[in-house]
Amino acid sequence: MVTNKTPSKETNSSVSSRTQRSGRQPQGSSFDAANEIPLIGKHDSERYGGRTDSHIDADSRAESHIDADSTIQVDSNNIATSLVPVPPFSDKEYDQVEEEPACDKDRLGDVDEWGRSEHMREITRQLMDPFYNHWFRVEWEGLEKIPKEGGALLVANHAGAIPPDAPIIMHGVEKELGRPVYGLADYWFRTIPIVNVMWSRMGGVTAHPDNALRIMRDNQQLALVFPEGTKATSKSFSDRYRLRRFGRGGFVEIAMRAGAPIIPLAVVGAEEAMPILYRVPGIASMLNLPYFPITGNMLAFGPLLGPLGWFLYFPVKFKIKVLDPIYYDVEPGQDRYSKSFVMEEAEQVRTLIQETLYDMLRDRKSILNG
Amino acid sequence: MGRRVLITGVDKFWGGRIAQTLEQDPDFDVILGMGTKEPQVALERAEFVRSDQAYSILSRIVKATHVDTIIHTFVVTNTSEVSSRSLHETNVIGTMNLLAAAGQRGSMVRQVVVKSSSNVYGATENDPTWFREETPRSKPARSRLERSLLDVEQLVKDFAEDNPATVVSMVRCANVLGSEITTPTSANLARTLAPVIVGFDPLMQFVHEQDVVDCLLHLTRKRIPGLYNLAGDEKIPWSEVINICGARIAPIPAYGTMNVASLLVRLGLINFTPEMEPLLRYGRGIDTTRIKRTGFELQHTTAGTVRSFIKAVRLKKNIGNEPQSYIYEHDIEQFFRHSPAIVRN
Repeated sequence: MVTNKTPSKETNSSVSSRTQRSGRQPQGSSFDAANEIPLIGKHDSERYGGRTDSHIDADSRAESHIDADSTIQVDSNNIATSLVPVPPFSDKEYDQVEEEPACDKDRLGDVDEWGRSEHMREITRQLMDPFYNHWFRVEWEGLEKIPKEGGALLVANHAGAIPPDAPIIMHGVEKELGRPVYGLADYWFRTIPIVNVMWSRMGGVTAHPDNALRIMRDNQQLALVFPEGTKATSKSFSDRYRLRRFGRGGFVEIAMRAGAPIIPLAVVGAEEAMPILYRVPGIASMLNLPYFPITGNMLAFGPLLGPLGWFLYFPVKFKIKVLDPIYYDVEPGQDRYSKSFVMEEAEQVRTLIQETLYDMLRDRKSILNG
Repeated sequence: MGRRVLITGVDKFWGGRIAQTLEQDPDFDVILGMGTKEPQVALERAEFVRSDQAYSILSRIVKATHVDTIIHTFVVTNTSEVSSRSLHETNVIGTMNLLAAAGQRGSMVRQVVVKSSSNVYGATENDPTWFREETPRSKPARSRLERSLLDVEQLVKDFAEDNPATVVSMVRCANVLGSEITTPTSANLARTLAPVIVGFDPLMQFVHEQDVVDCLLHLTRKRIPGLYNLAGDEKIPWSEVINICGARIAPIPAYGTMNVASLLVRLGLINFTPEMEPLLRYGRGIDTTRIKRTGFELQHTTAGTVRSFIKAVRLKKNIGNEPQSYIYEHDIEQFFRHSPAIVRN
């Protein structure tokens, strides 16, 4: 990938430098000007010579002046790094950076740049495993379609008042394939004390386009996204397995930009793990929550376990089907892609997952046992 | 013919350090240091000019001395020490006068280097994990410092646009730590009582003071234009910073944070600025790919910066502050620079 880009980058910069010279683009010209206009003319040295240049002899000054001039020409990236106007972000500029792994050997902790800690992951894995194996009895189909290396975007349907699908997918892929998954989630997570730290240490990342791009393209890792967002997790039980709008198709655009495939996942089980029966309108805004539900779990476990029961899932069978990766035949690294194309592709992913869900539900004999 | 450079804030840490380093560089013939107070460090050949904080005298100096380079380090980012009015005067009005002087007719200025701060990005929950130079803020600026820095940057950008023949370089530094500079964060860590907003453990980035000086000099020497982020590699959690420094925790509740914090400040326990509040919640990361592309190499990672800082603090605690070895005296400085009795070779 890198080798392909090299010639295109060079042509690109030479073109832009030409346009900058002709257009009203001060940077290219400022740089040239530094070459052409001598900083101080000879007459200045006569005018000021002797008084202020105390101990430096003329020869060394002459030499160093030549050096200074030659260093000006060193940097060919200047056009892209000019101050004004700050040029539009070009991915090509960053493409050739070799991402170095964390190099500070003397660190005390193991928290990476995303806030993920392998130590915390290990604890989570041990806590999650019994739930994964015995409570939800997660079953994967087509797991081999998730690539063993390279960036990719996992796109799944979302459900449950406190959605269990994200941790299950993250745990599953890590367990079965040994690859970390960075779960992209709403900004809102970051504002809640304690939750934000736990979530971040376990591999959660804010769903910012830049973050997704960096995870997939620069770090070559897997990112997991739920394009429906809270629209899906807040829906009532009566709407189960009916996918909501897939955002504005941003996830397709990011995958295109990163040059990474989209891998759709159809998840069955999350809807029944914590179904929402009723949404209490007032309390949500009071508590600064996206929604405040009355769940089946509250009614079923609440009397026995109290508030703890609110967080206990029903032991439903989880089935996750991995669909064929979708590759986009577009040039990666562009600032924007045709909106209609993006929306169309997003809609296709949605339809695909929706159809697969219906198929899986047709085959499901029992909610609890699959 | 060497360069003629003017440095602002020579009485402060950055200006003083840069003037000292440039004195060793034969490329620089004339070094002028401007400051509101006397320099705190011994300068050999740099000339000191006193001015008010808004540099009203600057346009005369630029005209008279034909300086070709201005290094503007006197942009205040430590709001715990200055009033709101003085912050505005120093940062916005000072920069405005400086750039007006640099851009006046007959000015020989061909490069302006400005030290800005990563505070311009703010810190909110909507932020990306890494800010690039062109990444916009997620939310409008609320704090005085951020607004003032944004104003400064806007002035610099306008100047660069109006003066295409001038190389304009600007560096946005992450939070600085080092053996000599004092910031609100370094003050907290040095007295080993670190404020923590309960339930938050943000990822932080620090840059070593020497790396900042080196970077400003790198851009000056090579005349590299552009806007650059500068921070140590990697981000580390605030809890790890506290661990490295062996500090105790001053817990501050997540709600009503500023009220409790200002109470602790009143009691003299901690140092807390309005900019620290969002930072201690959400942290901030700035991408330094671009400055590395220019051939600049940082000597310290973020964790390395913290380690080197706390070692210096420990040494100071053991041996006490060094007595001030240098006091600026006008007559003596003038004598050494201009007396015919001095043998110059």
